[in-house]
Amino acid sequence: MTSPQPLIQMQNVDKYFGNFQALKKINLSVSKGERIVVCGPSGSGKSTMIRCINRLEKHNGGTIIIDGIELTDDLKDLNAVRREVGMVFQSFNLFPHMTIMNNLMLAQKLVRKTPKAEAREVAMHYLERVKIPEQAEKYPIQLSGGQQQRVAIARALCMKPEVILFDEPTSALDPEMINEVLEVMVDLARDGMTMICVTHEMGFARSVADRVIFMDAGEIVEEAEPETFFNAPKNDRTKLFLSQILSH
Amino acid sequence: MSFDLPLIAEALPKMLMGIGLTFQLLVLSAILGLALAIGVMLMRISGKWYLSWLAQVYIYVFRGTPILVQIFIVYYGFPQLDFIREGFLWPIFRDPFGCAIVALTLNTGAYVSEILRGGVLGVDRGVLEAGEALGLSKSQRFIYLTTPIASRLALPAYGNDIISLLKSTALASTITLADMTGIARTIVAQTYAPYEIFISLAIVYMIVTFFLQKLLGRVERYLGRYTIREG
Repeated sequence: MTSPQPLIQMQNVDKYFGNFQALKKINLSVSKGERIVVCGPSGSGKSTMIRCINRLEKHNGGTIIIDGIELTDDLKDLNAVRREVGMVFQSFNLFPHMTIMNNLMLAQKLVRKTPKAEAREVAMHYLERVKIPEQAEKYPIQLSGGQQQRVAIARALCMKPEVILFDEPTSALDPEMINEVLEVMVDLARDGMTMICVTHEMGFARSVADRVIFMDAGEIVEEAEPETFFNAPKNDRTKLFLSQILSH
Repeated sequence: MSFDLPLIAEALPKMLMGIGLTFQLLVLSAILGLALAIGVMLMRISGKWYLSWLAQVYIYVFRGTPILVQIFIVYYGFPQLDFIREGFLWPIFRDPFGCAIVALTLNTGAYVSEILRGGVLGVDRGVLEAGEALGLSKSQRFIYLTTPIASRLALPAYGNDIISLLKSTALASTITLADMTGIARTIVAQTYAPYEIFISLAIVYMIVTFFLQKLLGRVERYLGRYTIREG
């Protein structure tokens, strides 16, 4: 399923933090409906790469084009892009001082200019989708980690994004809560949502990813369908990484 | 030594006549000081070196000098300057009450701006990033995320400053104002009974502080309502 123009296109993207080069000539193209899993050792640039896609980090070289809009310092373009790109963070990052309902309504009202009643309806719809409508009037701290992450996913969905970026969404969770979050993500994938997930959940990668990308030292080292990626990795660094995370 | 209870009974109502002025000094300079502090704090975190530098100079000057000296400079010093006497602000500087408000405001503004800055810096970066990722503009993030969260973080230290400000208002008595302390000093000058008068004055300040603490505790509980797990 390749559409004529990819939804996300990164060409020769470089990113520096001071003298340290976090991304080296990254080329990545993601079509609508594709599900990409990004893995790699810590510090390999996975998070930096997806954070460049919605410009939480500014890239220093190359071009990033999202849905036909090139990411530059132009605020108008940036806002247009951010409306289309949802993000889910490792540490949930819910607004602690707002109820769950207000967490879901805030950006709808301020960014999408959705009327209040409609925003509430949309929020409730997605809370039901992540199976916690009964928590709507609570504050984030009153929810478990897994519930908070599901709220964070619902909050991203409320903006009706074209793509959702997941930055290690299950790494801060206790083991028993990982599945409830993964289930929601699998559900989204089945619905055709375009997703880029930085994760070490290899089971998730195997079952939903169209492509798995392996990064190391700021480069994309290997890129393959899950079947090939897990069973016949080509690069030695990939092999080493896989042996380390799958050995037990 | 003897402790003259009837004298206290006589002096207390007189001192309490000054409580209104004490409150005026406290509330006015607290409100103006907070407004000033917000402005200075915004300058300090603006990222523009000249604004930040200006803010830092102001903070340094007013934290680096005794408030009593600041009050004296405003009250005795400013009227010596021609442009003050001829300026539109002369009605303020001509009046000891105006001078006290100016000095107290400038003093508390310096401290409070740093307290607010601490609150703003304490806001979790991830929360702001989430707002950014959702498409909230810089000012929307500041209004809807930073401000409410930073207020809660800054409140305990801010309450401390308000209570400290209450006590600083007593210094207004040195420039002829008849606040509670000013009245007490007049009574002491008449009766030569500093012990009784000043102890009862101290107790009055403690009682006012008690209610201030209660009020601040209430605001703190309200702003911190989302930090309690049970609910």
